[in-house]
Amino acid sequence: MATRLVEVQKLKKWFPIKGGVFSTTVASVRAVDEVSFFIDQGETLSLVGESGSGKTTTGRTMLKLLQPTSGKIIYKGKDISKLTPNQMRPLRRNMQIMFQDPYGSLNPRMPVGDIIREPLDVHSIGTRKERQQAVATMMETVGLRPEYERRYPHEFSGGQRQRIGVARAIIINPELLVLDEPISALDVSIQSQIINLLQELQQRLNLTYLFIAHDLAVVRHMSDRVAVMYLGKIVETADNDELFDHPFHPYTQALLSAVPVPDPDVKRERIILQGDVPSPINPPSGCHFRTRCPYAMPICKEQEPAMIEVAPGHTVACHLLTRK
Amino acid sequence: MDNREVLVDIKNLRTFFYTEDGVVPAVDGIDLTIHQGEVVGLVGESGCGKSVTALSIMRLIPNPPGKIIGGQIFFHGEDLLKKNEEEIRLIRGDKISMIFQEPMTSLNPVYTIGDQISEAITLHQKIHATEAKKRTIEMLHLVGIPEPEQRFSQYPHEMSGGMRQRVMIAMALSSNPELLISDEATTALDVTIQAQILDLMRGLQKKLGMAILIITHNLAVVAEMADTINIAYAGKIVESASAREVFKSPRHPYTYGLLKSIPKFTEKRTNEPLPAIEGMVPSPYHMPKGCRFNPRCPFATEKCREEEPEILELTPGHLVRCFHPIEP
Repeated sequence: MATRLVEVQKLKKWFPIKGGVFSTTVASVRAVDEVSFFIDQGETLSLVGESGSGKTTTGRTMLKLLQPTSGKIIYKGKDISKLTPNQMRPLRRNMQIMFQDPYGSLNPRMPVGDIIREPLDVHSIGTRKERQQAVATMMETVGLRPEYERRYPHEFSGGQRQRIGVARAIIINPELLVLDEPISALDVSIQSQIINLLQELQQRLNLTYLFIAHDLAVVRHMSDRVAVMYLGKIVETADNDELFDHPFHPYTQALLSAVPVPDPDVKRERIILQGDVPSPINPPSGCHFRTRCPYAMPICKEQEPAMIEVAPGHTVACHLLTRK
Repeated sequence: MDNREVLVDIKNLRTFFYTEDGVVPAVDGIDLTIHQGEVVGLVGESGCGKSVTALSIMRLIPNPPGKIIGGQIFFHGEDLLKKNEEEIRLIRGDKISMIFQEPMTSLNPVYTIGDQISEAITLHQKIHATEAKKRTIEMLHLVGIPEPEQRFSQYPHEMSGGMRQRVMIAMALSSNPELLISDEATTALDVTIQAQILDLMRGLQKKLGMAILIITHNLAVVAEMADTINIAYAGKIVESASAREVFKSPRHPYTYGLLKSIPKFTEKRTNEPLPAIEGMVPSPYHMPKGCRFNPRCPFATEKCREEEPEILELTPGHLVRCFHPIEP
């Protein structure tokens, strides 16, 4: 059976807002608020949700690029949430991240060969010659010509830069890769190239992905399982087909129904949500979604819904489940 | 569709940018027809010339470096490119309005939204300030902004992205335009908000009857909104047909490849790779000879590398710029 690579339990990341004369904490942005999920070895878990739902913060906190406010991150059976940066360092080579912005995430003053080699230098892996060789191989793997290694990032297109980002992330053979909107900034015809590359590499290198995205068509294509976030909470988790075919949570239903479909003959029933996402500084009491939920009941205001398993591997946090 | 009167007819539009690094033929022979009350999609990737086309219609090309070097843009039969600045100002923002991708940068941060919409109204209509305020509140109500009287005196930063886009739409529609140009207006929005705005635009189009030119890279958005779709590639229209035709029987290899390559939200997961289009969009400084899509085209022949294809009507209303169109 699948082995569990990472498990996150009640992970919380609040950003304090300082104010007043003594710069005390006057409020907190509850970016991630008691989120729990796991990822098995070799699978892709997608984290979907709208901007401000906390998907990126969840990904970064899981990698301890941000220190969690509370909660546990269990990586291969070991809780890493309390480790110091020094203690984290040997683990870092197993977990890498790739960013959305192919322009901002590469150092413009470094030749791409050096950018891709840097993780090897940082972790002192191999001899100088071996590293050089690894860079050439890696560039070929991601579809870049190795003779371009002395070129600078500005000489590459957006799609090629994302290939550089992939190469840098996987050159030290990580187990876990957080893909933070890796294709959102790319043109449509280039997106599919990068999706294919990521999938091919996953199969070849047995990589585990946490895929953060808002494009649900891409999520459907890429993921084994999907977790839906709303305002700092996971509201529903399920296997890919189960989630897309039988969404239960009213937010998931609305989100899926809002996706435009590239087929003029498909006329879908659309659930148009009213209003906007509330502020994470002062989220609604009880269920965070209740202010926009078409089925909101009195209990939704008073009590936070618990996660309940409705089918194997399909969990939902909604009071509609417990309504008698 | 064809019995409706032609509102906009663009013929062989060419807009070039003269930069230090060379000449960029951003729009190089675009033809486009918009009938009254029709929703037309203009789809393409970055650099295909879709936004420059819109700015050319509005006569908002920054000069220098940009210049409209050829073609005609007929609006009600009159060539907009022959009009002087004075005349164009009477049309722009009045009979033709435009909404942009980034509502925050399109709104002035130091004026209330009410003042900004009122200004747009009084600019084109000779009415009193109190009348303009009344009309502004009507418009805010029309685009679904709750409590329009209170919102009138709010600043753009006090509103969310979706609300700001509604304000932009209110402003654009305040003059009762005959053509609304929407340049990636929902791209920066979250999908549930995008659904709200598209729903709003569709509803207003039915109610007010204006024509809409939707410019986007998102095929799904035009599939839902447009009657007619034009696909642009590297400064030229490569295919133009009814929305249904484009999606059901694309004839240009680029359209065909693009439709094949996007993941389908409605289909179960396979583990197959997506049939991607190889290569990338050509650099505007070095456009390939012959058909501009030939370096990426799986069907390219010697002829495609040498000669440039004309756009031809293959079946009634279905135009394709290709020597080897895909058989339906």
